[in-house]
Amino acid sequence: MSKEPVAVVGVGQTKHVAARRDVSIAGLVREAARRALADAELTWADIDAVVIGKAPDFFEGVMMPELYLADALGAVGKPMLRVHTAGSVGGSTALVATNLVAGRVHGTVLTLAYEKQSESNAMWGLSLPIPFQQPLLAGAGGFFAPHVRAYMRRTGAPDTVGSLVAYKDRRNALKNPYAHLHEHDITLEKVQASPMLWDPIRYSETCPSSDGACAMILTDRAGAARSPRPPAWLHGGAMRSEPTLFAGKDCVSPRAGKDCAADVYRQAGIADPRRDIDAVEMYVPFSWYEPMWLENLGFADEGEGWKLTESGVTELDGDLPVNMSGGVLSTNPIGASGMIRFAEAALQVRGQAGEHQVEGARRVLGHAYGGGSQFFSMWLVGAEPPSS
Amino acid sequence: MRPIRDVAVIAFGQTDHRRTSDDLSEVEMLMPVLHEVLDRTGLKTSDIDFTCSGSTDYLAGRAFSFTMALDGVGAWPPISESHVEMDGAWALYEAWTKLLTGDADTALVYAYGKSSPGSVRDVLTRQLDPYYVAPLWPDSVALAALQARALIDAGDTDEPALAGVASRSRASAAANSHAQLRSPVDQGDYVVRPLRTGDCPPVGDGAAAVILAAGERARELCERPAWIRGIDHRIEAHSLGVRDLTDSPSTRLAAERAGAFDRPVDTAELHAPFTSQEVVLRKALRLADDVDVNPSGGALAANPVMVAGLVRIGEAAARIHRGTSDRALAHATSGPCLQQNLVAVLEGDPR
Repeated sequence: MSKEPVAVVGVGQTKHVAARRDVSIAGLVREAARRALADAELTWADIDAVVIGKAPDFFEGVMMPELYLADALGAVGKPMLRVHTAGSVGGSTALVATNLVAGRVHGTVLTLAYEKQSESNAMWGLSLPIPFQQPLLAGAGGFFAPHVRAYMRRTGAPDTVGSLVAYKDRRNALKNPYAHLHEHDITLEKVQASPMLWDPIRYSETCPSSDGACAMILTDRAGAARSPRPPAWLHGGAMRSEPTLFAGKDCVSPRAGKDCAADVYRQAGIADPRRDIDAVEMYVPFSWYEPMWLENLGFADEGEGWKLTESGVTELDGDLPVNMSGGVLSTNPIGASGMIRFAEAALQVRGQAGEHQVEGARRVLGHAYGGGSQFFSMWLVGAEPPSS
Repeated sequence: MRPIRDVAVIAFGQTDHRRTSDDLSEVEMLMPVLHEVLDRTGLKTSDIDFTCSGSTDYLAGRAFSFTMALDGVGAWPPISESHVEMDGAWALYEAWTKLLTGDADTALVYAYGKSSPGSVRDVLTRQLDPYYVAPLWPDSVALAALQARALIDAGDTDEPALAGVASRSRASAAANSHAQLRSPVDQGDYVVRPLRTGDCPPVGDGAAAVILAAGERARELCERPAWIRGIDHRIEAHSLGVRDLTDSPSTRLAAERAGAFDRPVDTAELHAPFTSQEVVLRKALRLADDVDVNPSGGALAANPVMVAGLVRIGEAAARIHRGTSDRALAHATSGPCLQQNLVAVLEGDPR
């Protein structure tokens, strides 16, 4: 028994902005879904099931919003699943949808992830006090800053590396019409001069709060054959989780991330990720996570990730472009951010990435993580169908 | 549709469902149940290929509440794991699809929910359209009462018949040591007309866990696996104004896709928190009079929110494991007035 090959034949995003006051949550998700359908040249009637994801319900104040969104997503009379795996949810949602096709339960599936952060206040959503439990220390930056500091100590990376990543990603975002931050006057000096928020993380090295949605149409071999544009083929996908906090946890390079990447590479027949993978969309909400994840994902040896970044390898015209779209640093509708990584990977291998297209991208990795660096989801897509 | 791979429920465990569990955290409530299903199969956490859970932050009152439960599972070394913000029945569905791909042979599924810290009637209003309906705070009993009124007006039932559903369910629960209400309950006063106290589910806390296994692995680990012959779920429009509340087309379609109508079932575990909803489901599922409906007592005897649907699948499977059923139907619901419904058909090997 073998799995059904899975192809991405449609991708749709909203223009991500700080506040979409002109649409409801339903209007926002429908916009992305319709663009994905248009890309695939399909209609609502072609969709067999809907899988949606977003980060905590408290971010908008709507409990189990799939119930209210059923109508807007054309799901009435169809199966609808709602995934929630913290910040990795956009990636996990796509993988759950993938399994519906790979397991031959459905032929064509709409998957979508979103966040409409302007409806509420994400900082409050993350800050509900619980007795006998450590609070998240002034938002996500407060939690992650010590891990960045640990990385710098461990590797001896100079403190200039973080600003290089932010400067790169914000410039890449200028080439992506859907990106939230379009800072036309960005300079490296401006990034370096921005206020320190959580030492060593500066204001310009953090992600924005965005409203936005991302949708994809996944289909089987027969569906891919009917696709009007080149499909992206799934070569490997995996999720891994580990506990939030425990004595043995390596917060700089969590084992769940390493194991997840290894599983994806095994499925996709990747022997040397640095050589065999053409580009990466990785989840970098704070700039220092680029060098950290380069090591965690096996693109650099331990302690060497920052050297790749510093030498320009991860630039759009570098040898291993990272976050061609501008990344989470330029666009962060939290629940959608993982799916945007997966969708951008698909756009690259389909040759549909527009101005931020990497020439000749054949195999691209999409990566997401969440919680206290404890949930990981990744997929590797290719321009060619999988051989096995 | 016949699944491409045989997958079975091979173990089921649940807590004693209680009105309050002040003395326990969610993780403490869940842990004994996880150990129960692992012990029953002899599996260790490291033997499980995939783990999936169902719960909701709105009951826990905090974002990312499921992360603490994950710590309880023992996710070290790291595990392949996922979570749905839905009843555990949908977590089981996700796990089932994972097993169908062949990427996993065993799966642990769990769900938990504590309704006691707040007012679940108020909390569930937050499921409604956030712009037009939720600001009015129509609570879950009031919405169920609308449905009950529509049924009575349509001549599908009457108040004495509803009282009959209530007393039958609670009498059945006498044999279920986990149930919260295990003896006859006075029909009582109206909560929201036409629903009386007896027509409504108890509010309670609980957790449940299930282990799934594929093919030969299921036979090795369980004497009589409960094979999932079909499982499907469907959602309807959210607005009550555009639905016929006396019918459940989503349940009927899910049942059809799950193969429920191919041959009669002997048992049906229905997730009907209100007596009137059993009337709707019986009709949609075309259940014959000789089908044993909710021998566990159903959601009228224990309704831990986010868990009760998974418990229906577990109870149906447990009857097959024990040999008291050969072909059982299990149903789970979500949303106001049966908006979303899941149907699973379980079978034991011929005896």
